Amino acid sequence: MRFGADEPLMMDAGIALAPWQIAYQTYGTLNADRSNAVLICHALTGDQHVANDNPVTGKPGWWRTMVGPGRPVDTNRFFVICANVIGGCMGTTGPASTDPATGQPYALNFPVVTIRDMVRAQAALLDKLGIETLFCVIGGSMGGMQVLQWAASYPQRVFAALPIAAAARHSAQNIAFHEVGRQAVMADPDWRGGRYLLEGTRPSKGLAVARMGAHITYLSEMALHRKFGRNFQDRSAPTFSFDADFQIESYLRYQGISFVERFDANSYLYVTRAMDYFDLAAEHGGSLAKAFKGSATRFCVISFTSDWLFPTSDSRAIVHALNAAAASVAFVEVESDKGHDAFLLDEPEMFAAACGFIDAAARVRGIA
Amino acid sequence: MASSLAIPATDTLTGHRLDFLLVADMVEPGSRVLDVGCGDGALLSLLRERKDVDGRGIELSREGVNACLAKGLPVIQGDADTDLADYPDDAFDYVILSQTIQATRQPRVVLEHLLRIGRRAIVSFPNFGHWRVRVDLALRGRMPVTENLPYSWYDTPNIHFCTIRDFVELCREVGAHMEKAVALNAGGKPMQVSLPWWVWNLLGDQGVFLLKRK
Repeated sequence: MRFGADEPLMMDAGIALAPWQIAYQTYGTLNADRSNAVLICHALTGDQHVANDNPVTGKPGWWRTMVGPGRPVDTNRFFVICANVIGGCMGTTGPASTDPATGQPYALNFPVVTIRDMVRAQAALLDKLGIETLFCVIGGSMGGMQVLQWAASYPQRVFAALPIAAAARHSAQNIAFHEVGRQAVMADPDWRGGRYLLEGTRPSKGLAVARMGAHITYLSEMALHRKFGRNFQDRSAPTFSFDADFQIESYLRYQGISFVERFDANSYLYVTRAMDYFDLAAEHGGSLAKAFKGSATRFCVISFTSDWLFPTSDSRAIVHALNAAAASVAFVEVESDKGHDAFLLDEPEMFAAACGFIDAAARVRGIA
Repeated sequence: MASSLAIPATDTLTGHRLDFLLVADMVEPGSRVLDVGCGDGALLSLLRERKDVDGRGIELSREGVNACLAKGLPVIQGDADTDLADYPDDAFDYVILSQTIQATRQPRVVLEHLLRIGRRAIVSFPNFGHWRVRVDLALRGRMPVTENLPYSWYDTPNIHFCTIRDFVELCREVGAHMEKAVALNAGGKPMQVSLPWWVWNLLGDQGVFLLKRK
């Protein structure tokens, strides 16, 4: 969806971005009274291809377990929308897009993006699609941050909200991890002060290192131990070198290399920054409960026992605030040893909780 | 906080538990209710259906929470002993603790929270002063294991049993005003109000109390 010079995106950085565009996918059919729309918000390195094969990687959609026919978000029943975030690199305007003022890629001239900007962009898309209210907004991790922002910014437009493995603010530890990743990108000589597209280079090494570091935070010690242990990779003894002797090393290198093929380095800087800046309470005088005051939205918050990046205590803080705001909130902590990434994986307990919540809300909403 | 101890009698016509029906009778229509240890949400569903309440729940077991979600009930996975402290004063018209107080680590603290969070509290519990319990201990010299108290002493979740008289004493200590007190007999029927406390304490299978802070 394209927005012209007369339809700027007003960004928190104080900049009116125009023209701009947002890339999105839809699944299922919007019903006659337009009450069955579900918005899926993607995480840091996700994209709009939630339930179809990804055109870049050829891999299945990133949340096929959750979204599709007969899935908890049943595309036979709901009209599902998923859009690439502003600042992203899968078709929505971001730092790799062309700056109309210069005819060159924005690079670091792109305004710093916030979670609220992402949500504003999605709201503008829904306006164009003629969807006033969303039956449900769902997302994990950074997607869950967007869910919370949606509920706070547009309470009347959100009937139900399902933030998974999320937080109402990014912790110091998480900002620290992001900073390490960004420094890895910027330390790559091929980054060229962000102007790598113009200069025909790619900071692949830096971005791969950033991804390797981040990937560790998405797992858990238990999951790493179970999956890799101290097993050697295609060898029976150490080589007394810095080769990838261990399976875990080989795995991380693969994660890093495959990531740079599909993700823009500057986008990685911008989207991680958006998460760092997220602090929903700060927007409301330091009180998270105020962000949800008077909200009629039904919430279901889900966390995972082994998630140390967005731990259960973060989800409980959301639940406490919603309780203090007298909002309708359910909360489940799912037992899993798969760490933060559990929300993307086959977790029957998460599906059971999501299914129960969505079905019950659909009954109240009168969705067949 | 699975309500685990007693499996009280049900109404043959509707299938609702008689103690739930009694609790429902104590709740004003349209009020805000928190059910602490709400299990699978049966009581909350009953209250929503019959009293049009805005009901919330806290439940320790994930199975219970998922059952509640499927019923469309906003229930939080949590623990009465630790999570009640996070609720603001006067957040609810009623806070219900049904068949759960004996499984809490700190019954007194929990009761004080109930009276703080709710304008009224409703507490039901199995009466450990019932004559069968007394007989078990007095004659057999064993911890009682009955149909309603099916656990052995070493694996019971119920760590703080009390009698009706014990509970009345606790209410006095925390300064709770008893607006209503009902003892149910083994058939789940309310006992005559005119009977003295000691009879209730001997024959009552369960106590159900409507409390208000003084």
